[in-house]
Amino acid sequence: MAPNISPLIIFIASIFTSNMILSNFLGMCSYLSVSSEYKTATGLGMAVTLVLVLTTAINWVVYTFVIVPPELYYLQYIIFIMVIAALVQILEMGMDRYTPDLHAKLGIFLPLITVNCAILGVTLFMVIRNYNFLQSVLFALGSGLGWWLAINMLAAIREKLANTKLPPGMKGPALSFIITGIMAMAFIGFSGIFTIQ
Amino acid sequence: MAAEKIGANFKRNMFTENQVLRAILGICSSLAVTNTMRNSLVMGLGVAFVTGLSSLTLSLMRNIIPFRVRMLVQTLVIAAYVIFVDLFLQAFLPDISKQLGPYVGLIITNCIIMGRAEAYAQSNPPIPAMFDGFFAGLGYTMVLLFISLIREVLGFGTIFGMNVNFIGFETWTIMIMPPAAFFIIGSMIWFISARAAKKEAPKAK
Repeated sequence: MAPNISPLIIFIASIFTSNMILSNFLGMCSYLSVSSEYKTATGLGMAVTLVLVLTTAINWVVYTFVIVPPELYYLQYIIFIMVIAALVQILEMGMDRYTPDLHAKLGIFLPLITVNCAILGVTLFMVIRNYNFLQSVLFALGSGLGWWLAINMLAAIREKLANTKLPPGMKGPALSFIITGIMAMAFIGFSGIFTIQ
Repeated sequence: MAAEKIGANFKRNMFTENQVLRAILGICSSLAVTNTMRNSLVMGLGVAFVTGLSSLTLSLMRNIIPFRVRMLVQTLVIAAYVIFVDLFLQAFLPDISKQLGPYVGLIITNCIIMGRAEAYAQSNPPIPAMFDGFFAGLGYTMVLLFISLIREVLGFGTIFGMNVNFIGFETWTIMIMPPAAFFIIGSMIWFISARAAKKEAPKAK
């Protein structure tokens, strides 16, 4: 059954001590490719947080009421990925309709969110750890905010380093990985606060 | 492209266009499992299996899938094969399955598989597509094993769980923690792209 951890602790822990990117390596693809500009990174972080919270809430309901009673565990991946894909599609159409500016900027990245490992990852963590509804939603919110924080930090650092002279081959992903490694080391400092894993 | 030999395809996917190091794909699931070599090997072979067979299936279906829904079909085919891998691991290697946790399911969102489906299986006949996917998966396995070799030897003093710490050095705790994975893969990409840049430089002049 649901572990006896306060949802608030899960929330804070998922931002700092078990950050999606810095300690679980989830959502790296879009994290690396969309982090060259601070503003875009903010938009993507916002989109990921939103999608995470919505999909995790829906997936929790689907898991508890559709997958568990008939024991369709082996179908869970397909069901989860369908929920995520459908939700991203709806979100994209909504953005197109109401915030065309943001859509113009994020439009090409929204389909990427479907295959963003963080989204499916949070759902799978939620299933493995048996969270209840409130725990799941706060876990998703915390993970989204943590992802957002990490991508914003990386984008800010990369913007500052944009005109730096670098050794050949270092520019681009290699540099991003090294920066992320240093950030991850800094985040280890938080690890004494709580653990949820 | 269409008449590419299997050997050339192997070389391209393993070395010159290694999906992880050159295209920076499939990072998500790959870093987390590289703390021990056993996990990396199982994960890598799982990915190679899924990539190969999903490329084969998608290539067989490439002429009947409507363009608009092709992403959805791709995801579903990939998910079906991932379920195979997941059930197989649960049945035969339950302890590894437990250690890999959600990362087996996350093979679905591994960008390499989708990338191969889009870039190769979409426009090539089934058998080459299968080899292409399988080799891309092997290239991924190779990178995983390399990273985990460094991390396991320095972090635990073992290789595949066997003790190799003969001189009794102090194991590095940092190597089993996340930052090490970032540093190692960052350095590998740096090395590889520096070499590629050097190779291309004379041509440009």
